[in-house]
Amino acid sequence: MSSSSLTLADPAEPDRLGACPRGWSGWVTGYEATDALSIPWNELERRLLEMGFVEGARLEVLQEGPIARDPIAVRVDDLTVAVRRRDAAVIRVSAAE
Amino acid sequence: MNVAAPDLAPETATPFVLDSAPEIALVGCPNSGKTALFNVLTGARQKVANYAGVTVERKEGAFVTPAGRSVKILDLPGTYSLRGRSPDEAVTRDVVLGRLDGEAIPDAVICVADATNLRLVLRLVLELKSVGRPMILALNMVDIVERLGGRVDPERLSQELGIPVVTTVAVRKGGADDLIAAVDRLDFGRRVDVHGWSEPTGDEIRAAHAEAARILQACAFHPGDEKLTRRLDRVLLHPVAGLAILFAILFLVFQAVFTWAAPAMDLIKAGAGLVGDTLRIALPDGILRSLLVDGVVAGVGSVLVFLPQILILFLFIILLEDFGYMARAAFLMDRLMAGTGLHGRAFIPLLSSFACAIPGVMAARVIENRRDRLATILVAPLMTCSARLPVYTLVISAFVPDRTVLGGMGLQGLVMFALFSAGIGSALVVAFVLKKLVWREAPEPFLMELPDYKWPRPWNVALGLWQRAEVFLRRAGTIILALMVLIWFLSSWPAPPEGAVGPAIDWSIAGRVGHWLTPLFAPIGFNWQIVVALIPGMAAREVAVGALATVYALSATGEEVGQALQPILAAEWSLPTALSLLAWFVFAPQCASTLAVVKRETNSWAWPAVMFGYMATLAYLAAFLTFHIATWALT
Repeated sequence: MSSSSLTLADPAEPDRLGACPRGWSGWVTGYEATDALSIPWNELERRLLEMGFVEGARLEVLQEGPIARDPIAVRVDDLTVAVRRRDAAVIRVSAAE
Repeated sequence: MNVAAPDLAPETATPFVLDSAPEIALVGCPNSGKTALFNVLTGARQKVANYAGVTVERKEGAFVTPAGRSVKILDLPGTYSLRGRSPDEAVTRDVVLGRLDGEAIPDAVICVADATNLRLVLRLVLELKSVGRPMILALNMVDIVERLGGRVDPERLSQELGIPVVTTVAVRKGGADDLIAAVDRLDFGRRVDVHGWSEPTGDEIRAAHAEAARILQACAFHPGDEKLTRRLDRVLLHPVAGLAILFAILFLVFQAVFTWAAPAMDLIKAGAGLVGDTLRIALPDGILRSLLVDGVVAGVGSVLVFLPQILILFLFIILLEDFGYMARAAFLMDRLMAGTGLHGRAFIPLLSSFACAIPGVMAARVIENRRDRLATILVAPLMTCSARLPVYTLVISAFVPDRTVLGGMGLQGLVMFALFSAGIGSALVVAFVLKKLVWREAPEPFLMELPDYKWPRPWNVALGLWQRAEVFLRRAGTIILALMVLIWFLSSWPAPPEGAVGPAIDWSIAGRVGHWLTPLFAPIGFNWQIVVALIPGMAAREVAVGALATVYALSATGEEVGQALQPILAAEWSLPTALSLLAWFVFAPQCASTLAVVKRETNSWAWPAVMFGYMATLAYLAAFLTFHIATWALT
């Protein structure tokens, strides 16, 4: 997991999808690169967008992987997507009220 | 890559089209039921091959429309986008755009959509529309949307998109009739500009998503409420229960491949033996009889003997894939496998390789990424396959005393365990070296749809199994058979002269090459008998046992070979030599069939050559170290 996704966020109010616990729900507010990208920014952003992580998409963290609670299974609108926390850390989120 | 001129007729764009039937490309997201729809459209009229120069499988079929129109159809790899993020997806893009050498630009495109999940595919539809080919959108699995109380409006969708939209139920008989009728109404003659597509930027993807959302809103689309998948995932993806179930499934698969296949394999071996014996009685002694019995019949037997394991393994793989579990298994295994640089899905091929590397290498096709697949294929034969067991058993029982050590553990079992561990450990190290040091790959993001669970359909499972069996027999089987006959020839020609003493193999090419190679193997403690036995042992590892019996001129056959050999080996070999041979067999590429299947799966002789080279090197080094350390320790 990238450290930048954790340092600033209040654990109760995560602002990155990468830091969200199981059961969290909210929506995508935007994208911001971290300093630990797995692949070039331009490519990672487009892959996530293509899987439906667009601004305004409804999110719910359904499941966490067995080791280090990684990867996560996220409901993105009508679709369930598995993604590593490291990659999900570039997605800015806001919790549902 | 050459781009076809837009106004070029498809017939002249490629020399490989055999007839002038129009060709339709089937495109869709993964899990859209695209292959099931392809099966319904074409029935068993399918041809599986590879695209020229790449390892991606090419599936083509044909069907005749009610109007009597003959149509060819190409099942392209599933993708969410035309950007071509993996070699498989690049094939889809290049075929659709008419950029792939040897492939005609398709006359039309059918885009298959999972109707329960339209959002992502609509973006793909918009991308495909910009390519400018005649297109039909097939809304698949509409029955599920209806059952879940959802709503989908094909007429309105057709108006919004400006292309024909039909509904299909790929798993029902006649479920593709509307689609076939729509194909009849297509105007294949239309010439269109194919330069409309360009790789979208992030903002263009966002814009396309917004457009897709608008269209769905306009159609009042509602996918229905799928609760079962969510409930099942609570158990199947649970950190503890999920892993326990995964390991139970893996254990079952392993057991099945290892033990259920055994009776069928014994039957095939017995059948080959029976045919061989019949021929032996019917034919006069001579080179022809030997060729037929020991070359051809034994060779065909050694091809067929892999079928039970391949069928059982692929039965499980297809069931798990169709059920939607494979993506879950990869989810659970992702962190465990990521340390080695291998993909989460690599555990199925690697596990199967404990039974036999042949089905294991074939199972690597569940991994989409080409380098992940290659790395998995290259390390699969390091897993201790069942063919090594006769060699291990023979050498261990001849040289390792049957006593207990470390409070109750059998020494023989401990040595066997060490050999298995050496195989697994070296596979993980080799994979790590390949992925992280040789290819210096950045870790690919693990981004995967977890599809809704669905019952597998018997027809699709049967067709999938049939295809795997056919591909193995036709493509790999022929190479294996040729290699078996070659090995037979090397080990039995020329025949010994009249009145010659010593084993017949000594006079053959294999015998001579073995003697000639002996100095090379002296540093690892192998005597000439071992080296000569290694050559016929290329046919399969366990053949080495029979070959040793031949070299030591034993008359025992079948089960008695091992027992008869034990005292001879114990007397003739030193302990370091025996241990060195065990170390050799952990790594040695002693299996022509594996190399043949790797050739088939990678579509190139380069990878079997790489495999042979690295395994032979490892085997020699391991045997060298074992021999010298053992010699030093015993003096």
